[in-house]
Amino acid sequence: MHERASFLTAGDRAVVVEYGDTIDEATNRRVRLLAAALSLRHDPGIVELVPTYRSLMVHYDPLRVTQDEVETIVLEAEQHLADVVLPRPKVVEIPTAYGGDYGPDLGDVAAWAGIPADEVIAIHSGREYLVYMMGFMAGFPYLGGLSPRIAMPRLSSPRTKVPTGSVGIAQEQTGIYPTETPGGWRLIGWTPVRIFDATSDPPVLFEAGDYIRFVPTTIEQARTIAEQIAAGTWTPTVRDHE
Amino acid sequence: MRTIDILDGGMFTTVQDLGRVGYQRYGVAVSGAMDGFALRAANRLVGNADTAAGLEVTFVGPELRFVQPGLVAVTGANLGPQVDGRPIQMWRTVAIRAGSVLSFSGQRDGMRAYLAMDGGIDVPVVLGSRSTSTRTGHGGYEGRALRAGDTLPLGEQALAGAAMRRALRTSDIPSYGHDQSVRVVFGPQDGAFADAGRSTFLGSPYTMTPQSDRIGCRFDGPRIAHMTSADIVSDGTTLGAVQVSGDGCPIVLMADRGTTGGYTKIATVISVDIWRLAQAAPGDRVRFERVDLEEACRLLRAEEAVLDAILTPAVKMTAMPLEDVYDEDAGSGLAAEGFGDLADAIDQTGRGRDQ
Repeated sequence: MHERASFLTAGDRAVVVEYGDTIDEATNRRVRLLAAALSLRHDPGIVELVPTYRSLMVHYDPLRVTQDEVETIVLEAEQHLADVVLPRPKVVEIPTAYGGDYGPDLGDVAAWAGIPADEVIAIHSGREYLVYMMGFMAGFPYLGGLSPRIAMPRLSSPRTKVPTGSVGIAQEQTGIYPTETPGGWRLIGWTPVRIFDATSDPPVLFEAGDYIRFVPTTIEQARTIAEQIAAGTWTPTVRDHE
Repeated sequence: MRTIDILDGGMFTTVQDLGRVGYQRYGVAVSGAMDGFALRAANRLVGNADTAAGLEVTFVGPELRFVQPGLVAVTGANLGPQVDGRPIQMWRTVAIRAGSVLSFSGQRDGMRAYLAMDGGIDVPVVLGSRSTSTRTGHGGYEGRALRAGDTLPLGEQALAGAAMRRALRTSDIPSYGHDQSVRVVFGPQDGAFADAGRSTFLGSPYTMTPQSDRIGCRFDGPRIAHMTSADIVSDGTTLGAVQVSGDGCPIVLMADRGTTGGYTKIATVISVDIWRLAQAAPGDRVRFERVDLEEACRLLRAEEAVLDAILTPAVKMTAMPLEDVYDEDAGSGLAAEGFGDLADAIDQTGRGRDQ
């Protein structure tokens, strides 16, 4: 991680505050600390903050502030990062039905890894994954920490339609498809949980800095949960991260 | 409640405002009008706030029936707007009678027209905006483009009972051609490109491909060389970011872009030139021209002055009840009855003459 932030011009309405060029928890935490520090200040010209792996994009109103003024604000906020308390991260449990019709690539991942499918499931569900950032599509989490043992590369030809809730792997990434979309990930399971819901505010179950844990579930249990979600009677299991 | 009936949805007509702000950190795209200048102008022409929702009309326009009388303004591309079969003026307020049908006879220039009605389109606000995100199916009218049989609800009129007439100064009306010069500021990853790559980017014509849409404008042309890799650790995107992946072709990210991306961005189109891309069609040619941030901001302030000029003067025809006001000058020049006063009023301010 770089000691001082670099500022990169991103047009006339945004500036990138960059801390490094690698994916690691310390750099990511720094980005989220800066975002929290800036949010507390409520500067009138700052419109939106978007944290990513190792940089924070600061969207501003150029009719109210200049990029230079934004940089000054950021440098001031950086002096006080030690005073910022991030909210305690949550661990959101994602009930997942592995394999079968909804996890058509589970066998391929097992073959690639040289281990039985059950072990792929045990490895995938055996740890909490940090949400480094969200992007690509509404509600889509970029998760860190997938075991290299099951980090199979993505399909060379993407599927034209991946069902909503599909749980997949693409090299070092694992994640959940928040809507039906084309996709090239290896699909190993399915969750009925709606990780994006435009009628809620916030519209997501977790955000950058939280953790996800995939919990193996039978397809029957998953379908029951789907019915409860549709009826509005299901709530996710959320714990504090230790 | 005032409503508009959709008789034909046109090619791709969606409800848009200026976009969804504050949710990009959840991966929610900003969406909103591709040509924000045209939508803001249309809203101001009918007395709406800048944040009101209007229609973005793409290439082949819809057919709408106004159930109650109202005011409209059509801006952006000239797709041949007509009321009850008679052409109407663009970039100015037009009064519509109850039962009248607004349609589009065919494209003459540009790609996207904007239609604002007084009171704005009153679809539900989703995550702070009425813009349509067709990718995810939220916002706007049921998260999709309009179809025959749809009914649009309108909000309360700002000036109920009074017909207000406004117009954009003729000299401020943009012209849409097939060859555009688009200004950019360099960054955020201009350092990832070889000198030759940067020169190629600025020195060559790029042709818009048919794969262009609300997510991004794709271009064909001389390949832009990277120094090493086209990939970066995913970071944030902005409207107008010029992304260059390994194939060396530029893609300008537009309204429905993903909020983050893993490809190098050589430059970003300045805000005041976004409309040039919003109005370009496949086959149109673009040259990128470099400017600095100060120039971009100066141009932004000048554009605000153009939009502010719409608000003054406003000629209120308080003697004419809305039902009897029709667009008496449809198809003809500014000298038609009722509009002459407005043209004189604008000329008398002397605006535009000194510039």
